[in-house]
Amino acid sequence: MYRGQSGMWLWVFHRLTGVGILAFLFLHVADTYLVGLGPEYYNELVFLYKLWVFRLAEWLLVGAVLYHAINGIRVVLMDFWESGVERHTQLVFGTLGLFLLLWLPAGIFMLKDVKWFA
Amino acid sequence: MAIQTPERPKTALKEPTKRSRWTRTGARPRPTNAFELYSWYFFRVSGILLLVFALTHLVVMHLINNVEVINYDFVRQRWASPLWRTFDLLLLFLALTHGMNGVRTLIYDYVQSKGWRVFNISVLYIVGIFFLLIGAQVIITFNPNLPSLPAK
Repeated sequence: MYRGQSGMWLWVFHRLTGVGILAFLFLHVADTYLVGLGPEYYNELVFLYKLWVFRLAEWLLVGAVLYHAINGIRVVLMDFWESGVERHTQLVFGTLGLFLLLWLPAGIFMLKDVKWFA
Repeated sequence: MAIQTPERPKTALKEPTKRSRWTRTGARPRPTNAFELYSWYFFRVSGILLLVFALTHLVVMHLINNVEVINYDFVRQRWASPLWRTFDLLLLFLALTHGMNGVRTLIYDYVQSKGWRVFNISVLYIVGIFFLLIGAQVIITFNPNLPSLPAK
């Protein structure tokens, strides 16, 4: 019933995005630690984040967080809402729809000023 | 998940409908072990809180502002406000503990040997607490009024 179907794939992506976000969180704690050392250190590092590769990665990260958040709402609904399991299919389409509805426009907004391959 | 899931009592059974696809019960089963049940609740509670904290963080730092404007002075102005510091501290705590709980689940799911499990869980706690401490340290002890260090 579950294996190989939509629920399993959403679960796989929930794990992958979760691990990815945590990996970035470690990097992000480390780079923010440089704020305590002074502007020379911090500004030199955040310069990296302005490169187009990192701007693209930033959009992917926003996607990972959005997916994890929206699918997390679905998981909570499946766990606590009486009709959650019954409405499985609608929740799956709702999850993917809401995710794309937020992520794609965010991409246009976040990437519009990026100087590609510079 | 490698968590034992008991059958629901008969009284809790819902009449199956044509649309039910997973189970015949109203909701999914929960862990029975006390610690795992707390972990299960913690996941959901911290997750709901993170909806507010992480999504606010995304909107403020990646949509309204972006990496083009974020630099030392930006952070200095931000952390001049105790509200943002509290916000960041809560976000750090929630995100790290939520993520650590996730990795703990992964270890129990994918690492079968007892020795490797103990090793991985130990590394997880050490790394997690270390990052929690250095993250909290910079948020709490940062002084926005100090002149910056002399250039290298």
